[in-house]
Amino acid sequence: MTDYARPLPKITSETMPFWEGCKSHELRIQRCASCARFRFPPQKMCRHCNSLEANWDSVSGEGTVYSFTVPSQPSPGELAARGFDYPFAVVLVELDGTGGVRIASNIVECSIEDIEIGMPVEVTFERVTDEVVLPKFRPA
Amino acid sequence: MSALRNACSIAGIGQTDYLVDSGRDPLLLALEAIGSAVDDAGLRPSDIDGIVTSSIDASGSEQFIASNLGLSNVSYTSEVTGLGGAACATVAHAAMAVASGMANHVVCFRAFTPFDFMQGAKHNQSTLWAKASGVGEFLRPFGWSAMIDTFAMGCRRHMHEYGTTSAQLGAIAVAARKHAAMNPRAIRRDPITIDDHQNSAFVTQPLRELDCLISANDGACAMIVTTTERAKDLKRPPARIMAAAQSLGSHPGLLWELSPFKPTITESEAAHIAPRLYRMAGLGPQDIDVAQLYDCYTYTQLLLLEDYGFCEKGEGGSFAEDGRIEIGGELPVNTHGGHLGEAYIHGFTHILEGVKQLRGTSTAQVQGAETTLVASAVPGPTSALILGKQ
Ligand SMILES: [Zn+2]
Repeated sequence: MTDYARPLPKITSETMPFWEGCKSHELRIQRCASCARFRFPPQKMCRHCNSLEANWDSVSGEGTVYSFTVPSQPSPGELAARGFDYPFAVVLVELDGTGGVRIASNIVECSIEDIEIGMPVEVTFERVTDEVVLPKFRPA
Repeated sequence: MSALRNACSIAGIGQTDYLVDSGRDPLLLALEAIGSAVDDAGLRPSDIDGIVTSSIDASGSEQFIASNLGLSNVSYTSEVTGLGGAACATVAHAAMAVASGMANHVVCFRAFTPFDFMQGAKHNQSTLWAKASGVGEFLRPFGWSAMIDTFAMGCRRHMHEYGTTSAQLGAIAVAARKHAAMNPRAIRRDPITIDDHQNSAFVTQPLRELDCLISANDGACAMIVTTTERAKDLKRPPARIMAAAQSLGSHPGLLWELSPFKPTITESEAAHIAPRLYRMAGLGPQDIDVAQLYDCYTYTQLLLLEDYGFCEKGEGGSFAEDGRIEIGGELPVNTHGGHLGEAYIHGFTHILEGVKQLRGTSTAQVQGAETTLVASAVPGPTSALILGKQ
């Protein structure tokens, strides 16, 4: 696993619950302890009620493709997607039961040509190092 | 009526040559552009008593600028964060400083080099750009690593919601290159066709090579803001600042990286600016003779066409077709060639072109142009100006 060449997330105390959840194959999304709204990526304060208290709740991991891109070559002047073979797909998934929270990921078990906005997907987990498990999505 | 309306003007503009990855020093570039703007206005460097820049990087702090120019009387400085979205905001801040009496002649500038941005940003660990990588922890592990990925994500959704096509984006690229071909300063001076666009390779689908800005160039732009009264006595006809506006949008996030997580990704922060901007100017979109709209990608310009009300939401693609945004068309856009054709200095080139149109000195002059709308980058923090002929 040490030859994993792609970028790894820096795990902080703030984001630890998300990555710990992935390790136990649970997709956890930050949720305001006061008004119960979900939010992602993690924020310090709830934008709706300004509460600083938050929990990390498990969600079903089911959702739909909201949009997607296919990086096909490195963008001139910018950093290449290290460790990725072009072309590949990046999906933005809207998660069911979260009030519209979206998460970025890759799609697996699906060819690039078959990706469509609105297609139902479900989370699956991919262990990439001893410390990091990434959430990926496959057609549901 | 806003106290700022028509109170101040852009009295001088300056720019360096635009080159590709020339290795020039950003501070030298800034000094050259500022010197040229001061000269254009008929002022001396010692007349400058205010400095405003846009930032995300370390291209040249106001202290280095003041020290090199030997300024001994600087009473106002400000640095507007927000990358390309901050360009018009520098003029807004300068106008507020001048109108309130904090300063008399404020210079706004931006020096751009690849080292300070994009790849170079990794060397500047203290910048907001680097700090934004907190969000990147949820993007980069999945190969979402570049600016274009965010725009491509929004563009794909726009295509889904409104039926926007790649060929419609091509019409924006064709217009930019047509105007760039008329501009001796432009880096990309070869005209292109829709077929050229459609045959160009994808960078990040749905965006192609010909949808993209000139990224690795360097250069600087500067302008002098003073009161309209004072500007009337200077060398050049003033470009009146009829309206200026700035916005973080309804769902402020960290720069553009958070944009795809907002409730609506096909509407930009510009939609929040437009009503205020037009109200301050006492004008509507139908009164604008020529527009300078940020175009790091063709899609960015399409969003701005819609969100500033030049067409209905979702109709930016069809609006851009049939030469409507080319010189001679209904609403000529980016008559300098924009970031797609002339050079990429984070929206400052668009302000300079707006001033040139009002002076009648553009290389793609719109006959009788009396008003211009200049819009800085979206998504993320943004700003805009309406300028009027004196
Ligand atoms: Zn709350």
